Amino acid sequence: MTLGLVAGAVLAVLAVLYVARPFLREPTPSSDVLDEPGELERRRLELVEERDRALLALKELEFDHRTGKITDGDYRAVVGPLRRRAAAALQALEPRAEARHERIPSSR
Amino acid sequence: MAGLGRAALLLSLGLVVYAVVAGSYAAWKRRRRLALSAQNALLASFGSTLVAALVLWSALARRDFSFVYVSEHINHSLPLGYALSAFWGGQEGSLLLWLLILSGYAALAVWLNRRTRDLIAWVVPVLAGVAVFFAFMLCFVSSPFKTAPAPADGAGMVPSLQNPYMLAHPPLLYLGYVGLTIPFAFAMGALLSRRTDERWIVATRRWTLAAWTFLGVGQLLGAHWAYVEIGWGGYYAWDPVENAALMPWLAATAFLHSVMIQEKRGMLKLWNMILVALAFCLSIFGTFLTRSGVINSIHSFSQSPLGGWFLGFIAFVTAFSVVLIYVRLPLLRTRTKLESLVSREAAFLYNNLLLVAFCLTILWGVVYPLLTEALRGETRSVSKPYYNFFLHSFGLPLLLVMGIGPLIAWRRASLRALGKMFLLPLAAAVVTGVALIALGLGSSTPGLLAYTFSAFVAVSIALEFWRGTRATGSLMRLVARNRRRYGGYLVHAAVLLFAIGVAGSSAYQTVRERGLRPGQSMAVAGYTLTYEQLQSRQESNALATRARIDVSRGGSHVTTLYPGKNSYPVAPGGPTTSNEVSIYHDPRNLGDVFLIADQIDKSGTLYLKALVKPLVNLIWAAGFLFVFGSLVAMWPDAVEQRRLAERYAAGAVAA
Repeated sequence: MTLGLVAGAVLAVLAVLYVARPFLREPTPSSDVLDEPGELERRRLELVEERDRALLALKELEFDHRTGKITDGDYRAVVGPLRRRAAAALQALEPRAEARHERIPSSR
Repeated sequence: MAGLGRAALLLSLGLVVYAVVAGSYAAWKRRRRLALSAQNALLASFGSTLVAALVLWSALARRDFSFVYVSEHINHSLPLGYALSAFWGGQEGSLLLWLLILSGYAALAVWLNRRTRDLIAWVVPVLAGVAVFFAFMLCFVSSPFKTAPAPADGAGMVPSLQNPYMLAHPPLLYLGYVGLTIPFAFAMGALLSRRTDERWIVATRRWTLAAWTFLGVGQLLGAHWAYVEIGWGGYYAWDPVENAALMPWLAATAFLHSVMIQEKRGMLKLWNMILVALAFCLSIFGTFLTRSGVINSIHSFSQSPLGGWFLGFIAFVTAFSVVLIYVRLPLLRTRTKLESLVSREAAFLYNNLLLVAFCLTILWGVVYPLLTEALRGETRSVSKPYYNFFLHSFGLPLLLVMGIGPLIAWRRASLRALGKMFLLPLAAAVVTGVALIALGLGSSTPGLLAYTFSAFVAVSIALEFWRGTRATGSLMRLVARNRRRYGGYLVHAAVLLFAIGVAGSSAYQTVRERGLRPGQSMAVAGYTLTYEQLQSRQESNALATRARIDVSRGGSHVTTLYPGKNSYPVAPGGPTTSNEVSIYHDPRNLGDVFLIADQIDKSGTLYLKALVKPLVNLIWAAGFLFVFGSLVAMWPDAVEQRRLAERYAAGAVAA
């Protein structure tokens, strides 16, 4: 019984220390704010997902065409809009890339 | 030691309550250190729950009958393996297993996704909230650490649980039930943090697949346990507790398909949230059915007074999910529309509607007797014909959709392309149907349809692999490039084997029953069964009586079978007897000769029930293919991992 209680108490102390660890490691942090994606980052994510979806759709379309699931006529009708969508998403992401590339030399 | 177990559980409860309160506050007020502290509390709760579990396992291994749980579930003569499996044989131990798996899963999921802090900040309190319920139940309602003066021996274990399958079936089911908490928590976390992009889906894709696989394998093992142990000659009786595991599996199957539409087309965001919440609610409902004793079934050994608490928790989870989804509706609207009703995504949609309709009809079949009893005081039961009707109504079209889907292109398909793609599968279906009728096997319409559709699906899957291999140049390259798709097709092939096995063993089975004296014979489906003699043997925990039956075919000896009964002098509720079936697996028709010694009277007359079940072994073979296909689909893809890492790297830009 006593051994059990001692073991329980040790377990509790260890747990409390582990839970308090973030405060013990950083008693006075420079920033205690939880990262949150801003509006710009959310928009970037939306565009990246859109780009990935369009590229994946193009890949699937090519594969369906090669395996005969889609006729040449259907392929031609679908591939154009898909390519435009992928290009639009890539283009929308590009200025951000350029902006970052521009920032890199100036920060050195 | 019981004191340590109680202390560990109280500590777990304290930690998860802290994780809910501190975690919610931290996520709301954007406090980084507090969020990390809540995360650590959730991780630590796994450690303390593990200590509690080890205390119980140790008490079972030592047969410490001062633990009430131990004295009620095992006795001295029970082999060690079964003694340890008593951990999940009773209500308190099962709840502890739930909490152990949940805290383990939660710790792993949080640790793996620790970099996605804004999403994890809300996932932690949701996971902890579920854990609070189970920890509270274990501390204050149903403790496995109650003690009493130790009796000389324990009550023993229910004989039907003394089967090797019981070592794996319940833990696998629990791994599945509990696993569905992870996608639920991430979905709710995504709604709470307003992150309704695909991040939560990416984080939970493998979790859902793993939980779904565990649930599927757990059910299959349960079916095999019922087949070899219960002794009625079947593997699925539409028992409410069996249905309880089937419902979340069906909802999760629908989710696994519809989530692909969200990933590929950005559609069905709302539907996916509903499905993930439905699957989780049904997994809690399944635990409620198994553990509350609300339904009197073959699983009624686990009756207990937990019902009210579980119902309250289910009501709370349902209300929480509905309100949260409703509040976040504007974030779940999508601009993409279905381009054609004849497309791959439309086939996925039909599959979803059939799966959910089937799931809800089963739910109604389970709930209806409970409602009539609660509201009108009448005892009603929903039996096999009800479920079989809906199995045929939804299951057969589902089988067909499984073959049609892969043949159609994404977005839209022209009639010309469809004609070309459907030609071979249709021809195979027609040939199979005609051949079955010609062979005189057209007596069962559902059986005939099942085999015709199966031929269609088999050829469509084979064509998918053949065309894909031709396009990429190698089968290995084909599968490696799209593991999810081809792993999925392997799972479809497993479902196909399962359907063929079910149709063969139910629509075309033969049953004969006769009283036999030693030396007498009976004939069934081409086999001759001769009762030779009765023999008895004392085992460690039971007296085994067996009838020796010679099985022959066309005058040649095939095998000897030993159906009989086991008498257990020690069992909960007093001495009891169980049926011990004997089975011959016939490699010729992949079926079984299944013998049950229904009665053995004092004069030595054996009332023998014989069932010949063609193709039944395909059901169990399907299990291996199911696991293999799931593993292929789950296996990490380095290219995809890199793409996703780039996508979610903060501040990253297009490559």
